Amino acid sequence: MRLELMYESFFKIVEGIPLTLQVVSISTILGIFLAVAVALMRISGNRLMSLPAYYFVYLIRGTPLLLQLYFVYYGLSQFEAIRESILWPILKEPYWCGIITLTISTGAYSSEIIRGGILSVSKNYIEASGALGLSQIKTFLLITLPITVRQALPAYGNELILMVKASSLISIVTLMEITGIARTIISKTYAPVEIFLVAGSIYLVINFIIVMFVNLAERRLGIEKAT
Amino acid sequence: MFDVFALGPTGWGDEMLMGAVMTVLVSSSSLLLGITLGIVFAACKLSNFFILRAIAEVYTTIIRGIPELLVIYLLFFGGSSAVMYLAKIFGYMGYIELNAFTIGTIAVGAISGAYSTEVIRGAVNSVPKGQFEVGKTLGLSGYSLYGKIIFPQVARIALPGIGNVWQITLKDTALISVTGLVEIMRQSRIAAGSTHEPFIFYTAAIILYLLITRLSNIFFDSAEKKYSKGYVSKEAL
Repeated sequence: MRLELMYESFFKIVEGIPLTLQVVSISTILGIFLAVAVALMRISGNRLMSLPAYYFVYLIRGTPLLLQLYFVYYGLSQFEAIRESILWPILKEPYWCGIITLTISTGAYSSEIIRGGILSVSKNYIEASGALGLSQIKTFLLITLPITVRQALPAYGNELILMVKASSLISIVTLMEITGIARTIISKTYAPVEIFLVAGSIYLVINFIIVMFVNLAERRLGIEKAT
Repeated sequence: MFDVFALGPTGWGDEMLMGAVMTVLVSSSSLLLGITLGIVFAACKLSNFFILRAIAEVYTTIIRGIPELLVIYLLFFGGSSAVMYLAKIFGYMGYIELNAFTIGTIAVGAISGAYSTEVIRGAVNSVPKGQFEVGKTLGLSGYSLYGKIIFPQVARIALPGIGNVWQITLKDTALISVTGLVEIMRQSRIAAGSTHEPFIFYTAAIILYLLITRLSNIFFDSAEKKYSKGYVSKEAL
């Protein structure tokens, strides 16, 4: 075990943390909007809305994230039309391709979590809210949404950790986040175990902090832990 | 547009299909390794020894908290030297290099094993204590208790979970393409680079993955039905 190397590489790998966190947070926030939209489409009861949403989720959950990333980054740029469109300044950047792919991916996975949460809201509450004269929008915002958040939060915490792990893939399209830097150091120093321990510990700490925040939020919302 | 998928030396059709076969092979061997690890570590988690429980807990926490890619890099760059180190202890001094398939199977198997551990542990926990007690009262032990009475019940409860683990494993094998194993992902990358048609080859790869998913769903559904014989399904109640 080369401790000095671990010490040196720690400071290099730490420089990748901002990029990892940035990509994860931007795509998570954008992903929530996508997820809510897809979840609402799926439970809309209108086949024109629910079928595309169903196939979208099926497509994303059935294929590897790496393939989706390649598809967005390499696949789309094949077309002249895209290279000449106004989207090209975005689609030619690996950074934005990474964010787009991660957004779509978390959007599909979280939509299932949100759908489960919405479906768990008892019909009685909705009826009661209607009886009290609340409009549909108010019912959704004041009744359905808070209960959904409570139901979905534990599963959503897992999704956040999966997102941190998934963000490592953007290193394959040249972005130097934690895994990208770690890989570069490994191929230079040929010390896979040491670098793995350093980079792995950084990920574990990030995920541990996320778990703590989710637990805190769960306690605040009064969610009972399943034992 | 579709001549790029011609079979034989003129197109990429047969190469892509071989890639799909490789994906299925490496996924299945990873799943088998994963289930084996899952049984071992689930037994550790359920044991009375603190040290065994701690080891299993560390294993699942690390694997579930660290990106799969990092685990694959660890084994890709460090796997051969680890094996050589072990071989040296047993007196073999030669050079050993693990091939991409072995490295991929070990890496994805280790990842898959962590998820299997949780599935199997949950399934064993859900077998009522009375089943163990009755078995012991009847004088059964070892294989006749665990193999004939406990295993079929664990298998029934664990199957849907193992189906999910299979999905995760199948998708994780795409990451092995970075080590050079020619499975769907790697093959479509090669074909895309050589024909300058990335869109069509990545689309083909998507279709192949969805096809494998669909077929394995059918397989797991029928397996679930087989192991649920004699149980009334929830929908029927």
